[in-house]
Amino acid sequence: MSTGAKTTAHGASDHATRSGDDLRLASVTKRFGTFTAVDHLELTVPAGSFFALLGPSGCGKTTTLRMVAGLEKPTEGEVYLGERQITALRPFKRPVNTVFQNYALFPHLSIEENVAFGPKRQHRKQVDDEVDRMLELVELTGYGKRRPAQLSGGQQQRVALARALINHPQVLLLDEPLGALDLKLRRQMQIELKRIQLDVGITFVHVTHDQEEAMTMADTVAVMNAGVVEQMGDPVELYENPATTFVANFLGQSNLIAGSMVDTANDMRTVDVRGTKLRVPTGRARVDMGDVWVGVRPEKVFVESTGADGGSSSNVLPGGVVSDVSFTGVSTQYLVRMPWGQELTVFEQNTGARETFRVDDVVDLRWRAEHTFCLDAAQDARAGVEDDLSELP
Amino acid sequence: MSRAAAPVDEAPQSTAFGRRRWTGYLLLLPGALWLTIFFIVPMGTLVSTSLYDPNGTLETGYQVTWAFSNYVDALQTYWPEFWRSLIYAGLATLFALLIGYPMAYAIAFKAGRWKNLLLILVIAPFFTSFLIRTLSWKLILADQGAVVDFLKAVHVLGPDGRLLATSAAVVLGLTYNFLPFMVLPLYASLEKIDHRMIEAASDLYASPLQGFRRVTWPLSMPGVVAGTLLTFIPAAGDYINVELLGTPQQTMIGNRIQGLFGAGDYPFAAALSVTLMVMILAMVIVYIRRTGTEELL
Repeated sequence: MSTGAKTTAHGASDHATRSGDDLRLASVTKRFGTFTAVDHLELTVPAGSFFALLGPSGCGKTTTLRMVAGLEKPTEGEVYLGERQITALRPFKRPVNTVFQNYALFPHLSIEENVAFGPKRQHRKQVDDEVDRMLELVELTGYGKRRPAQLSGGQQQRVALARALINHPQVLLLDEPLGALDLKLRRQMQIELKRIQLDVGITFVHVTHDQEEAMTMADTVAVMNAGVVEQMGDPVELYENPATTFVANFLGQSNLIAGSMVDTANDMRTVDVRGTKLRVPTGRARVDMGDVWVGVRPEKVFVESTGADGGSSSNVLPGGVVSDVSFTGVSTQYLVRMPWGQELTVFEQNTGARETFRVDDVVDLRWRAEHTFCLDAAQDARAGVEDDLSELP
Repeated sequence: MSRAAAPVDEAPQSTAFGRRRWTGYLLLLPGALWLTIFFIVPMGTLVSTSLYDPNGTLETGYQVTWAFSNYVDALQTYWPEFWRSLIYAGLATLFALLIGYPMAYAIAFKAGRWKNLLLILVIAPFFTSFLIRTLSWKLILADQGAVVDFLKAVHVLGPDGRLLATSAAVVLGLTYNFLPFMVLPLYASLEKIDHRMIEAASDLYASPLQGFRRVTWPLSMPGVVAGTLLTFIPAAGDYINVELLGTPQQTMIGNRIQGLFGAGDYPFAAALSVTLMVMILAMVIVYIRRTGTEELL
């Protein structure tokens, strides 16, 4: 995730607020039998934004998308587009289009006919010129006469996009649109999608389980888990200041250490972790008292020789023993076993300016107090950890 | 043979290649023999029979005299039966499609866990002989039967109206007998349609009716073509339904062929058979071309 990409992402919302209405889900619930897929979901997607619904499979994100498309009817709650309630509107009457997972292109129609399908059903005139313009937008000029089966995965993906965009929907829904592409093509399409969204200024709602994809493309990310939104915000905010253990683990990685809050004075709170006092900015503490998870991202932590002086603005956890070192080129990943048995993860950039360590070295862990966050100890510290999800698509 | 038994990597490449090529032919052999004995030879016999001297009899023997006039005479004599066969078979195919499509659609998309049971029910009539089932229709449609009584009571049929021994009964029999051949390929075709296609059509502003016309129907076309062919072809050559449910006024070409073979008039019967075959083949080719389903061939 580069800062450059971020700047563009923010530019998008400013650039495109001109078009249309906000999408709003008011207490939307969807049950399948006894299973609650989406649970009293409250969500507002500002017009013209690139919005990502991020979560593991089965978290309800696709169901949410299908309810916006009208392919699924909410059990409770309402869907609004601007002031207009569209909850009961049938899919073919909604100003909303979908790019389906695996594209769902019509195999019996040519690329042109696929793209012209929507406009023809709405009896629009001069469709041909518009089809050409759309194919140009997705860089498929000259492919119009072919059949979907004659195109590569990436090309089919762009046809699906053109087929939806030609209708000038108020909201474009993308259901794991890049899921079937290989890694390289996926990166390329991420940039492409972002460019197209800036071009057309339509609200994009993008469903994905790939946190990097969500962070790279979206202005706003909503992290969903078990039918509810865990946290919503711009990617930097979500990453730097996660509100739940699920977000802390699902979006990147986190070290979560058990402690208890002992002092809430001023703008810094103090947490006791097995005799060591750590400080947490008040704005980053999600609980006021009692047991907590103290969290810090692995790349924010420095490994140091025991007793090195790091200044008073830092949190220091002494007495760790390096248990594993993996060199990955750009960085080195350390696993450090703490006196209470927990292994913490540290990513050190290989700048060459810092000391390197070997297994069994005794070390301190140091990080800046403002990088610390503090979560409710009632939450599962392993919620959203990637290992649990690695088998899922 | 001893060479062939040697390990492949030691054998010269040409031998390995040659052997592989022969394996293919060997595997083809049983099928090729079967087709030669039971298809090509009988076909040759049929065509040559159709060119026998029409004056030959079992007693005097038959000669191949290249009597192409058999075809002209046969067609001149029996064109009404040809015509009737095509109309009856066409009507039966149309009705089977009208009944079979909704059935197959319901089984493929709406049946849920009843799907397998319903498919078995479609095939269930085959557990009984074709003849017995057609004979049963004879009882159902009989002049004193409940169906005729009911239709008379509601004045659909006149006081001396009847069902048995009419064209309607023959077409009904044909429709009934060949319906499973329509439903099964339709089902196979519809069942394969990705449900997201239909959702995508709906998402792209197609009403359910438009979605059916623009997406479901064209995607089920291979099933429609296969089903109509599997219904039309055997129906056009059928003679049992007329035999049991019709009268001489409903005679189809199949009855004529059967009758002529029975009477020993082999050249005429063979000429009619070949003509029917060529006609159907020509129609099938035109049909498949026009519906753009060449991949079925």
